[in-house]
Amino acid sequence: MQTFDLEARGLRELNSTLHALKGQTNMSAWEVINPKGAHAIAAGLDAPVEVTVKGSTGYYCAGMNKQATVQIKGSAGPGVAENMMSGTVIVEGDASQYAGATGRGGLLVIKGNASSRCGISMKGINIVVHGNIGHMSAFMAQSGTLVVLGDAGEALGDSLYEARLFVRGKVKSLGADCIEKEMRPEHLELLADLLKQAGVDGKAKPEEFTRYGSARKLYNFNIDNADAY
Amino acid sequence: MSDFPHTPPKQSWTFSNDVNAEIRRAAASGIYDIRGGGSKRRLPHFDDLLFLGASISRYPLEGYREKCATDVWLGTRHAKKPIHLDIPITIAGMSFGSLSGPAKEALGRGASAAGTSTTTGDGGMTEEERGHSKTLVYQYLPSRYGMNPDDLRRCDAIEIVVGQGAKPGGGGMLLGQKISDRVAEMRNLPKGIDQRSACRHPDWTGPDDMEIKILELREITDWEKPIYVKIGGARPYYDTALAVKAGADVVVLDGMQGGTAATQDVFIEHVGMPTLACIPEAVKALQDLGMHRKVQLIVSGGIRNGADVAKAMALGADAVSIGTAALVALGDNDPKFEGEYRKLGTIAGAYDDWHEGKDPAGITTQDPELYNRFDPILGGRRLSNYLKVMTLEAQTIARACGKNHLHNLEPEDLCALTLEAAAMAKVPLAGTDWYPGRNGF
Repeated sequence: MQTFDLEARGLRELNSTLHALKGQTNMSAWEVINPKGAHAIAAGLDAPVEVTVKGSTGYYCAGMNKQATVQIKGSAGPGVAENMMSGTVIVEGDASQYAGATGRGGLLVIKGNASSRCGISMKGINIVVHGNIGHMSAFMAQSGTLVVLGDAGEALGDSLYEARLFVRGKVKSLGADCIEKEMRPEHLELLADLLKQAGVDGKAKPEEFTRYGSARKLYNFNIDNADAY
Repeated sequence: MSDFPHTPPKQSWTFSNDVNAEIRRAAASGIYDIRGGGSKRRLPHFDDLLFLGASISRYPLEGYREKCATDVWLGTRHAKKPIHLDIPITIAGMSFGSLSGPAKEALGRGASAAGTSTTTGDGGMTEEERGHSKTLVYQYLPSRYGMNPDDLRRCDAIEIVVGQGAKPGGGGMLLGQKISDRVAEMRNLPKGIDQRSACRHPDWTGPDDMEIKILELREITDWEKPIYVKIGGARPYYDTALAVKAGADVVVLDGMQGGTAATQDVFIEHVGMPTLACIPEAVKALQDLGMHRKVQLIVSGGIRNGADVAKAMALGADAVSIGTAALVALGDNDPKFEGEYRKLGTIAGAYDDWHEGKDPAGITTQDPELYNRFDPILGGRRLSNYLKVMTLEAQTIARACGKNHLHNLEPEDLCALTLEAAAMAKVPLAGTDWYPGRNGF
């Protein structure tokens, strides 16, 4: 385990050190101490390494992550794992706005709650939130899966495209063009797999969730839908 | 019947034939008019300015003998690898999706041959443009279509798009008829559906957040790439100042004559400010912050010839950018397609339904039958020729003003033909020492 004191050595040195890691390195386990809410911690990684951040992070922790596993032993500021391509990001605490925004792949696990706009414009990422999510989550979500063990706030899935949403608790309201959909066997299978990957460990069963998706009525402009725009 | 003559028919200025035709079109279709391009109004523009030239008080440089340099550095404030261009005329962001692959290739070929950069657009980076563009600017847009860290690292600069002149405060829409398999795959969306581009970035709002976003992009790219911030011409003084505060290396300022692939006509014609009115405000913001020439200013929106280039630079721009003019150079709206334009219900020079994907010139289409008409090598050559002509024209003017570099042009070299232009450009009305608006007069 390599230990990096962020307070002492600074963000630039941290990220340049992590960027320099190649797939063949034996220095594959890192812990970052004294993060103290710094922004862009472990942003732009592209190696199969494990980075544990010992504390809470600011904006864009693990932004655009590829391959790496980043674990935050605290809460995450806005835009955690934004535009993630692959790998895994785990937030032990809560996550602020825009968690997993525009993510294109990989798995984001939030063990606490996520604030508003969780999974906004997601493009293939899988997100599992153990707690609740805030308003306007999955806005314009294109693809990927958002799983919420708790409740969802207002306007879930507004202007949704092909992303799959599963919520176990209550949904305050659905956004434009987002509807409840039938849960078929393939969805239960998908959910079971994601719950397992996210370490839910029997806390929730796939059958307890409701599936939401796009009604596909806003896919091509129609003046008769003007009140939905 | 009276023998008195009738009052002759009189058209209403307010309810003109054009206005009434649009009312009838809206009533019949139930949808607002969507089109490409920029404002078609008669706006105060560079045509309303003149250069004074040299005489006794200033002496000119000898054309073809005494050098007038044209190069420009962009991104010198923070980037480890700033860009150096041979000419200060860049190619503006235009997406693959709105443009065909061969058209993007031609832009890359032409720009590279002339020593300048191209810019991606809302839809990601294609191999055509990366392969054929020596210097490529990668746009970071609200939609984040195709966004990925590998392309961020293989571009030469990053342009964070906050707005554009055709629609400050607006997003985009690529209609379903242009969504081919390839476009759909690049954007992670089903084929054939309308693709909406958000008007705000999904993971930040406001200048304080933007500062952190810029930090993240710099960290991901190890501080190598210049970071541009593109703004639409709305409140150029404050937007420029805030972009500088957020850490931009370059501010790209797009006035309302700047084009778009497709948006509502009402947006294009009624939101934003003319390019001429935007430049002095942005330059003042840079000067007030002590950052003029340190944070470079690129101006776009209605640049058509070397005189426009020289005038924008005399007002304080470090470089300009062209979009519509580049498409015209490639062959857009060419009268040789007149017959086909008429079949589409328009005429050469007025064709702006680029979103429908039926472009006879094969530039703004994803239809293979149409885009295979377009020769990217010839198109590149035409663009290169045009860029070089513009540069020669700007040099001609600069030499006449006694300048050995285009960057040495200054507002004192200019006068205005109209009160409006004088007030907007903050140069004197021709033949007077009157700067309208200065000192309250």
